[in-house]
Amino acid sequence: MAEKVTVEVARALLEPYAHVLPERLAEEVVRKVVEAGLTVDEARKVVDRVVLEYMRSLVEPGEAVGMVAAQSIGEPSTQMTLRTFHFAGVRELNVTLGLPRLIEIVDARKTVATPIMEVYLEGEYARSREKALEVARELELTTIENVSRAITIDYVDYAIIIELDPEMLENRGVKPEDVVKALNRIKGKKGSVELDGLTVVFRTGLDDAVKLRRMYDRVRALRVRGVKGIKRAIVRYDEKLGEYKIITEGSNLVAALSIEGVDHRRTISNNIYEVAEVLGIEAARALIIREMKRVLDEQGLDVDIRHIMLVADAMTMTGRIRQVGRHGVAGEKPSVLARAAFEVTVKHLVDAAVRGEVDELKGVVENVIVGSRVVPLGTGMVKLMMLTEVGSGSASQTQK
Amino acid sequence: MAFQFEETKTIGGVKFGVLSPDLIRALSVTQIVIPETYDEEGMPIRGGPMDRRLGTVEPGVRCETCGNYVSLCPGHFGHVELARPVVHPLFAKHIHMLLRATCRVCGRLLLPEEEIEKARRMAKRLEARWPLLKYKYGESVAKKAAKVTVCPHCQAQQYKIRFEKPYTFYEEREGGAVTLRPTEIRDRLERIPDKDLEALGLDPQSARPEWMVLTVLPVPPITVRPTITLETGMRSEDDITHKLVDLLRINQRLKESIEEGAPQLVIDDLWSLLQYHVATLFDNELPGIPPARHRSGRPLRTIAQRLRGKEGRFRGSLAGKRVDFSARTVVSPDPRLSINEVGVPIEVAKVLVVPEKVTPWNLEEMRELVRRGPLEYPGANYIVRPDGARIDLRFVKDRDAIAEALKPGYIVERHLRDGDIVLFNRQPSLHRMSIMAHRVKVLPYRTFRLNLLVCPPYNADFDGDEMNLHVPQSEEARAEAATLMLVQEQILSPRYGAPIIGGLHDYVTGAYLLTKKGTLLDRKRFAQLVMEAGYEGGLPEPAVLKPGPYWTGKQLVGLLLRKDFNFEGKASICRKCGTCVKELCPYDAYVVVRNGELMVGALDKNTVASQVPRTLLHEYVRRYGSDAGRELLDGLYKVFIAYLDLYGFTMGLDSLDVPPTVEREVAAIMSAAEKEVEELVKKAERGELEPLPGRTLEDTLEQRILEVLSRARDRAGEAAGRILGMLKEAVIMARTGARANMLNITQMVAVLGQQSLRGERIKRGFTGRVLPHFKWGDIGPRARGFVYSCFKKGLKPTEFFFHAMAGREGLVDTAVRTAQSGYMYRRLANALQDFHVAYDGSVRTSEGFIVQFRYGEDGVDPAKSDHGEPVNVDEVIKEVIAERGG
Repeated sequence: MAEKVTVEVARALLEPYAHVLPERLAEEVVRKVVEAGLTVDEARKVVDRVVLEYMRSLVEPGEAVGMVAAQSIGEPSTQMTLRTFHFAGVRELNVTLGLPRLIEIVDARKTVATPIMEVYLEGEYARSREKALEVARELELTTIENVSRAITIDYVDYAIIIELDPEMLENRGVKPEDVVKALNRIKGKKGSVELDGLTVVFRTGLDDAVKLRRMYDRVRALRVRGVKGIKRAIVRYDEKLGEYKIITEGSNLVAALSIEGVDHRRTISNNIYEVAEVLGIEAARALIIREMKRVLDEQGLDVDIRHIMLVADAMTMTGRIRQVGRHGVAGEKPSVLARAAFEVTVKHLVDAAVRGEVDELKGVVENVIVGSRVVPLGTGMVKLMMLTEVGSGSASQTQK
Repeated sequence: MAFQFEETKTIGGVKFGVLSPDLIRALSVTQIVIPETYDEEGMPIRGGPMDRRLGTVEPGVRCETCGNYVSLCPGHFGHVELARPVVHPLFAKHIHMLLRATCRVCGRLLLPEEEIEKARRMAKRLEARWPLLKYKYGESVAKKAAKVTVCPHCQAQQYKIRFEKPYTFYEEREGGAVTLRPTEIRDRLERIPDKDLEALGLDPQSARPEWMVLTVLPVPPITVRPTITLETGMRSEDDITHKLVDLLRINQRLKESIEEGAPQLVIDDLWSLLQYHVATLFDNELPGIPPARHRSGRPLRTIAQRLRGKEGRFRGSLAGKRVDFSARTVVSPDPRLSINEVGVPIEVAKVLVVPEKVTPWNLEEMRELVRRGPLEYPGANYIVRPDGARIDLRFVKDRDAIAEALKPGYIVERHLRDGDIVLFNRQPSLHRMSIMAHRVKVLPYRTFRLNLLVCPPYNADFDGDEMNLHVPQSEEARAEAATLMLVQEQILSPRYGAPIIGGLHDYVTGAYLLTKKGTLLDRKRFAQLVMEAGYEGGLPEPAVLKPGPYWTGKQLVGLLLRKDFNFEGKASICRKCGTCVKELCPYDAYVVVRNGELMVGALDKNTVASQVPRTLLHEYVRRYGSDAGRELLDGLYKVFIAYLDLYGFTMGLDSLDVPPTVEREVAAIMSAAEKEVEELVKKAERGELEPLPGRTLEDTLEQRILEVLSRARDRAGEAAGRILGMLKEAVIMARTGARANMLNITQMVAVLGQQSLRGERIKRGFTGRVLPHFKWGDIGPRARGFVYSCFKKGLKPTEFFFHAMAGREGLVDTAVRTAQSGYMYRRLANALQDFHVAYDGSVRTSEGFIVQFRYGEDGVDPAKSDHGEPVNVDEVIKEVIAERGG
C-alpha cells in the first residue's frame, strides 16, 4: 500500500493551482483528502478532478449576472409573507422580517423600523451571567420615570417631587444619588435638588407654570443611566458560542462600543447606515449580505449568496451606501435614456437637454429604446470584425 | 435577412440639447398662424395646425413636403412666431438657478474670475470620469454664486430672485417685489458668457440659456397628433392639436393687440394667457396651475403626459414593444410531449410563419408548400422575391405557376411545423426561465400543450392560464434560442443551483409507489411501463421467479439510469431516527443507486422533485449534462405517472377514516387544553400570572393561551397521525412530499386549530366579543377563533366565519404583496441590468466600472454549482475510492 497523504503533501499538490482555486475550496480539499486517508496518487487524482470541475463551473464572460441577481431576489420575494414581525431569537423582542425588511434593506433606509444590536462580550463578561447583566444595565436606557413610583408637580413651590421605587432602583442598578446627579446636570443656576430617603425634591427655581410643565416632561425622560436610543437590553445565553451576549432594542453602536466588557470586534447593529459610519463600508456590505440572507432564509427561500453579494456590492461600490432605486444605483446611471425609462422621465430628459448630455447607448435599455438589434450583454457583447468577401482582401468590414 | 453583409448605419449615441430659435425656424416647413384646422369642405387650412405640409395621416394623400404616402412620410415640423416670448415651463427651475447665480447687469457668474476658471477646469476633469458628478459640482457652484450680493465683476447690487411655480419670477428690490417679464429674463440670460456656463457644468453649444425662453414654438408634425375618424364620419382631433388651436388663437389676439397699441393691461393679460397655453402644451400637470381641459372636462394629454408613466412613451412604447409573429392561448397539459416540446394548434401554425430561404436542396419541398397555399396545412403564406417584393399567397390565383417560378434565393414564409424553434412565455416573467425555447409539435385542438414537468419554471397551472408564443425570424435568433434557451438547458436554476424543472405532485407519488418495497410487476406491466419510457433493450433478470416472473419497480428505474451513475441520499419519507442506519433503513427511506441500479430506498420528493437541491435528478443532470437530463425526464418520469395510472391512485374520504377511539382521544386532548386555558385566564384575573419582561399582562396571557392551544393541536394531530399509516393515500402524498403535509391531514381529521389575524387570535368585531354568539368578555379559545372541528366533520357556523376571516386576510395579503414585491423587483432590475461578467472575470457596469473583481468572489456560476458549492469534494473522493478496488 502506498503511503497516505499528509496535509503538507496535499498542500504541495495544490500549489500549482494556488491562483486558480479559491482558498476555501483548496483548504476543503486538503482537509477531506487527509481525512479520507487517500494515497498520494489518489490525492493527485482528486486534485485534478476538483480543478477540472471547478473550471467547468465558472461563469462565462458576458453573462448578465446583474439581471440574474435581480431576478433571483425578485422572483422569490413574491412568495414572501407580509407578516412583519418575528422573534429575534428572544421572545421579548420583535424584528421586522419578510418583504418589508427586504425592501428596507434595498432602500437603504436611514432609520430602521426595528433597530437591534447584538452586543457580544469579552472575557469575564461573556462567561458570567451576572457580569453580562451589568453590561446590559449599562446599555439599557434608564430614565427617571423608569425608577420612580410617582412624579408630581408642586405648583406652589415650582418643584417637582419624585418618589423613587426601591424595587425598580434595585432592578436597574441605580442608586438615588444617581438620580440626583442626573438632575443636577439640568437644574440650572436657580434650581436645587434635595434627597430625602427615597424622595427627591427638585426645586426648579422657575417662575412660569408653562415652563414648569415643560421641565416636568424633561425630568421624566431624563437619562439616569444607559445609552441613548436603547430601550431594552436582554441577556441571552448563546448555545453555539457557549457564552452570554446581549440583544438590545434600539441601537447606538458608538456608545455601545465604548462600554467596558463589550467585544468591539463582534458587536453589530442592524442599521446599515450606522454600521457604515461606525465600522466602515466593508462592514456595511457584510451586513447587507447577512441581513438579506437572513430574511430569505427565515422565509425558507433558497437564494444563492452570490446574487445577494452582487446587490450588496452594487449598493456599496462607490464607498458610500446607495439605495437600489431612483436616489441611488438606478438614478445615478450615466445613461439619460436608462434613467428616463426608469422613473421621473421628464425631469431626466429636461436636465439632459440643459446639460447637453450624450447617451452613448452602452447599456441594455438604451439599446432597446433606439431599437438596435443587439444588447451589449451575453452573445451581444461579442464584437467581431469580418471580411465581407472571402479572399478579396478588401478592407470592407462589418461589425456584428 | 441574416448573413447579408451590407453597410448598415448604427446609432452611435443620442445627444440631448435645447433647440435654438434659428434651428426651430430652419427645421420648420411653414409658419403656422391660423387657429383653425379644417374649412367648411373639410379641407385642412393652409397655415393652420393641420397644414398638409406638416405631413399626412390620411391614406391616399401625398405629403406636400416630401411627396410620400402615409407609410413613408415621417412628418415635418412647423413653427409659430410667438408675439411675445414666454418661459418654457420645464426649464423654469434652470432659469431660476441661472438668474440667481449670475449678475443682473453684466451677466457674469457671481464669482471672482479665478474661481470661475477653477470651476471650469474642475468640470472638464469630472466630465471624463463621472459626468453625473460634474452636474452635481455645477449645482454647488451655482449655489455658492447665488449667495453673493454684489457682482465681483461690475459691482452691481444683486437682488433675491423669487421663483413662483410654475413659471413666474419676482425680483425683490428695495421698493418691493417686481415681476420679471420673460423679455427681461431672456435679456439677462443672453448676457451670460459661454465660459461662465461651462463653470456651471452646462453646455452652451447645445443649450444657450436664452433658448429656454421661447420666442418661436415648434409645431409637431401631424403624424405625432393624427386625426381620428370615427365610423360615423365624425372627426376627432388630437389633444395636442386642440392645445395648438387655443394657443394660436391667443397668439393672434396678442399680436393684434400689440399692433393696435392696446393698453398694457390688456397686453399683459393676453401675454400671461399665452404663457399658460405654452406651459400646458408641454406639461398639463404642472403644480400651481389648473390643467387645460377638453370640452368634455377631461384634462388634455399633452407632451409630458405622453412620455410619463407606465403606459407612457418610455416605459410603454420604447422599453417595451409590441411584436409580430406571436400567439397567445390557453395552456393545457400533455405528459406525452417531451419537456423540450410545445403543442401548437394547427390554427396557430397556419398563421405564424418561418421565413425559409429557397435552396436547390429544398426547392421541391418549398414548391409543394407554396402550391398548398395559406389555407392548407402545411403550406405557406408569403413569398419574398430576391428584389424584396412580397407576394401574399392569399390573393394569388394560380399558385402552381408561382410555385414553378420559385428559384433559389427566394424566401418562402412557410407555416410553422414540427421541430421549429419557438419561444414560450408565461407572465409575470419573473426570471429567465419564464421565457424558454421549445420545439414545435403541431397538434389538433385549440390550446398550447406543455409537459407537466415544465410547470414549475413557468409557475403555470391549467386553471385557465394563458401563455405566449413567439417565432424567431432570423437564423441567429433561432440558433441562440436553441442553444441557450432550450428547456433542457434551463433545468438547473441560477437562483439556487438546483433543478427547477422536475417532478411534482403525481410524479412524486408515482415514483414512490413504483419504487417502494413490495411493488412487483409482471412481464406485461413491466414491458408496458418501460415502453412508456421509450426503452428498447431487453428485460433484466426478474427479481421474483416464483410464482411466475415478477420484476420490482426498483429494477425498472435501474433500467433507465446510466450504468455508471451513483447516488446516495435520504428520502423525504425519512422518519429522522436518532442514528441513521443508512442503506439498512427499515422504512426504505435511504436511497442508494450503485452503478445505475436502484439498490435500496423509495424515490420521492428528495430524489425526483423540482426545486430541491442534491436530488438524484440534480446529480444526474450535473454529471451527464442537459441531454441526459432531458432523457431522464422524458423517460423515467413518464413511467412514474404511467404507473400511477395503472395503480389507480385516488384519494377519497376513506383515506381520512379514523377509529372512534382517536376521535375520543382528540376530544380529550382538546378539553384538557380548554381547561388549561381557563385556568390561565383565572390566574391572570387574580393577578397571579407573571408577565414576561417587557410585555403587558394581556400580551403575556395571549401568548400563553396560544402556546397551550398550539401544543394541544399538535398532540391531537399526533394522535390522529399515529393511526393513519402509509396505506392512506393522503398520508402517502404528505409523507412523500407530493402534496400537502401532515399538518393539513391533521386539519382534516382532528382539529383545524387556531385561526389568526395579523398573527394574533381574532379579536376584532363587536365590543367585548367578536361575534354575537359569545358572551361579553369571553376570551376562551372558541370565542377567539379556535376551530375545534375538522374539515371532515365540518365547521360550526362561528368557526366557519372565523375561518373565512383568516382566509380573507390571506387573499388581501397576497394582493398587497404582489404590488410591493413587483416594485422592488423593478428597481432591482433597473439598477443591476447592465452588470455583466467581463472577459477578465470581473463584474462591470455598462460603462466598465468594476463592481466585483471576481464574480461572487470565486467566479462560479450558481447554475453550474452544486447548490452553491463549486465542487462536491466528497463525491470526487468517493469516486476515486470507488476506482481503487478496480
